[in-house]
Order: sequence, then structure tokens, then C-alpha cells
Amino acid sequence: MLSDIATAFWRDWLVLRHRLMKFILSRMVAPVLYMVAFGWGLSRSINVSGGSYLDFIVPGILALNSMNISFNSLTPLCTEKVYHKSLEEYLVAPISPAGFITGKILAAVLRGLISSAIIIVLAWCFGAQLTLTPAFVLVLVINCVIFAEAGFCAALLVRNFEDMARVNTYLLLPMSFLCGTFFKTDRLPQLAACVIELLPLTHTAVLLRAISSGESVPWQSVAVLAFYAAVFYAACLYIFKGLKQ
Amino acid sequence: MIEINGLTKNFTVKDKNGHKAVKTAVDNLNLTVNNGELFGLLGPNGAGKTTLVGMLVGLLRPTAGKILYNGQNLAQHERDVKKIIGIVPQHINFDQDLTVWENMELHGRLHHMPEKQRRERIEELLDYVGLSERRNDNIKALSGGLKRRLLIVRALMHKPQVLFLDEPTVALDPQVRRRIWDLIRVLHKDGVTIVLTTHYIEEAEALCGRVAIMDSGRLVTTGTPEALCRNLGSYAAEWDGENGRQYRFFADMDEAQNFAAVRNGALTRRTNLEDVFIELTGKAMK
Repeated sequence: MLSDIATAFWRDWLVLRHRLMKFILSRMVAPVLYMVAFGWGLSRSINVSGGSYLDFIVPGILALNSMNISFNSLTPLCTEKVYHKSLEEYLVAPISPAGFITGKILAAVLRGLISSAIIIVLAWCFGAQLTLTPAFVLVLVINCVIFAEAGFCAALLVRNFEDMARVNTYLLLPMSFLCGTFFKTDRLPQLAACVIELLPLTHTAVLLRAISSGESVPWQSVAVLAFYAAVFYAACLYIFKGLKQ
Repeated sequence: MIEINGLTKNFTVKDKNGHKAVKTAVDNLNLTVNNGELFGLLGPNGAGKTTLVGMLVGLLRPTAGKILYNGQNLAQHERDVKKIIGIVPQHINFDQDLTVWENMELHGRLHHMPEKQRRERIEELLDYVGLSERRNDNIKALSGGLKRRLLIVRALMHKPQVLFLDEPTVALDPQVRRRIWDLIRVLHKDGVTIVLTTHYIEEAEALCGRVAIMDSGRLVTTGTPEALCRNLGSYAAEWDGENGRQYRFFADMDEAQNFAAVRNGALTRRTNLEDVFIELTGKAMK
């Protein structure tokens, strides 16, 4: 199984290495815009819990960005399945499905972490105060794992690339703005807040914000994230094995 | 030896009224392919050949029935069986983001080949199909013929004992087709069991020791091309009739010539596999 993990990871690493510079540059655009618009533009008129708005939104930007990058790292699987049929090469090989899935997820986590590192550097350049600890990195990794798994499932379930774009529009985009990334969820109507607080990205944003501002870690949120990661992993296995139907 | 017992595959489709319906692509098929055999699988479009190959290589799960490789059940020993089989699919299914070398390397890694063996084998195979100089090209830069040659040698990377070739020469120039035929003959001589599906009857006639003819998911007949022709009648008379070209088959050449003599413009010839195919699967387009 270890060699299958390594093979799946190696393939995605090769593709990333071919386009590393393009990947890094393109990943800088959205965070810079968020920080200019919300950090510089709005932070002077907004004060959150006695701190600056820039310090408040950087953990949110990290949460939403790691979600988007890890999710979209595995959406090309849709093309590999539907259009290029290159996924068949894995399906006819004597590999462990769990090894293949794990390797793909780890490659997506790597992309999510590279992108997060870029944001952290940019945030420091913009003057944000951010405390990095191993727990902070761990939460980022779990967030990447959850959304890489979600991307894996979505890519294998959808029938074409247009459906994939719809998943982004109807699920990821609303989550990016509503899950405690740019404002606290208690500003939402109560029913909406209840729903939003069930979603994994909300827990990631809460955790990253608490850790970066030196508060105690809300462990129940870590448990929620671990639960999501386990459920999505099982879903990946089920869907991958179901491709043979 | 590959033993196929009562193999069936149903798919859920929509009928002409848009309601869900069950389509049987392969219907209770029984077949045996011996070790070292070059076996042809013939059938019109939609006969179920590709679905059958899909089940034989573990891409599709059968609805019913068993597939045994040297007595090992594919459903229970899937990874062991996959180690000994190779597949050349009908469509080009390379990883479009990788180069020629990287695609070969990926295949070697997926079959757990050690690094040194992997590298030597890639060098050897790329050299064999004249692609050594193109090793760093992206796969998209290759012509159709080169891609198909690469597709075949990729399947040979891990030295499979059983090779499935699904329409390996479709849409290729005659020159490239002949070269691929030579490669298939070399593999057969080396003892590889080969299962070949093809639309080109002359391809099956030129290569296969035994063929099976499928129609509408069912096995119609199996045998050597010579035996199938003999069963139909070794000699054919053909002429233009009221409903287009007409054919009649005879066991004896004299009989065929006597029959042709009383029909203007009739010609006689030896029966070929295409005659057998048309007689058994019908003249109507499928």
C-alpha cells in the first residue's frame, strides 16, 4: 500500500513540478485581493474584539483558500475519468484503492499547504499579527484533507466539467464567505447560523483564529473536523470501488 | 487458461420513452481461452466485446458468472490476476499531463516494478517502437499511430502473461497496422496469451488461431477460422441478384462452379471469415 501511496503522490507531484511557478503566482492573486480589499480597504473602519480586522480575516482567508485549493487539486480527476479515460490505468492496475486515494489526498494537501504558506508570507507583508504553532498547521492539514476528500468524491460523481463548476458555485463559494471567514457566524440569522456552524470550514476558521490569537484550542472543533475527515475518506473508498458498476 | 462461466452484464439504460430499462450487454457467456493462444473476439457494433473485455480485466463487475485465470477467481483474487494481465484499450487513455517516459514510468510503478528494471524496460520498449528520441515529449505531441504503438508497449511494461488488445489497429495506416501485427506475432511466439477484439475480419484471419463470434451479447460460435469456413462450405459463389449481392456456399469446388455456370456474372472463390461473420450475425446493420 505504501508504494501505491507513493505512486499516486509522485504523479501529482510531477504535474505540480511542471507548473510550479505558474501555480505559485496564480495562488497569490486571490489572497492579495482579499487582503487589499478587506484588510487595507475595510480594516480602518472595522474593529473586531479589540483587534484589527486584518488579523481577524487572515485565518479566515487561510481556511477558505486551503479549502478551495485542496478541493480543486483533485477535480481534474473528473477529466481523467470522463474525457481522457486515464483513470482506467489505475483501475486495471494491481494497486490498493486506499493507497491510491491516500496518495491523491496527500498531493492535494501539499498544494493546500504551499498555497497557505504563500498567504502567511503575504499576510506578514501586509502587517498582520499571526502566531504559528504546530496545532495551527495541524488544523490546516486536516482542513486540506477534508476538502481534498470532498473534491475526490465530487470529481468521481459528476458527469462532466460543467457539473464540477456547479459544485464550486453552489457549495464552495457560499461556504467561502459564510463560514466565519470574514465575519463571525453570530451575525447570521439564528437558523442560518445553526446550519453554518455544522460545516467543517466554520470549525477550521474558529480553530485557526483561536490558535493564531493565542486563545485555548476548542478541541470539540478538532473532533468535528476529524469526524468529517473519516466520513469523507469512507465515501472516497466507496465511490472509487463503485466505479466498476 | 481463462475460463468464463455464465458471464452476464446488465446495464441500466433509458428506453425510447425515457423510462429506466435493463440492457443485457453480455448474456450468459461461456468460453475458454487456452494458455499461449492468440484468440480473436469478433462481433458487430454493440455485440458486447468491449464490455466482455472490461469484465475480463477487472474494469467492470459482472452481474452474474465467474471468470477464472488458471483456476483463480478474478472476483476473489483481483490484485493477483491484475499482475499477470495487460490491456491495450480501444481508446487512447494516456495521462495527458505527463510525457512519454513519465506515462511508461507511471505504468511500471503501478505494477510495482523495481526502479532499475523499470528504467531498462522503458528504454527497451521505447527503442522497439522508435520512440526513444521522443521520450521527453508530452503525449499530446505524438501522432495517432505513435500513440497506438506506445499504448501497446505500455501494456507490455510488466511482461504480462495475458494481453487484451481491444481494436488495436483501429483508424491506422496499413503500414502501421502491419507493424503492429508483427509485434502481436512476436508476443504470441513468446508464449503470451492474447485476446484480440477487432472489427477487421482480415486482421482476425491473419493473426488468430481461434476466434469467437459474438452477437447481441451472446456467443454465436467458436473455432479456428478454417473450421468455421469449412462448416459454412469451403467454396462460395456470389452474384448480383434482385436484392443485391447474393452468396451461396458449397463444400466442393465443382459444385460451386456448376452453380455459378448457370448464373450470368457469378464468380466462385474460397469462403473467408467475413462470409462466416455475415452469415452468423446477419446482413442488417446493427
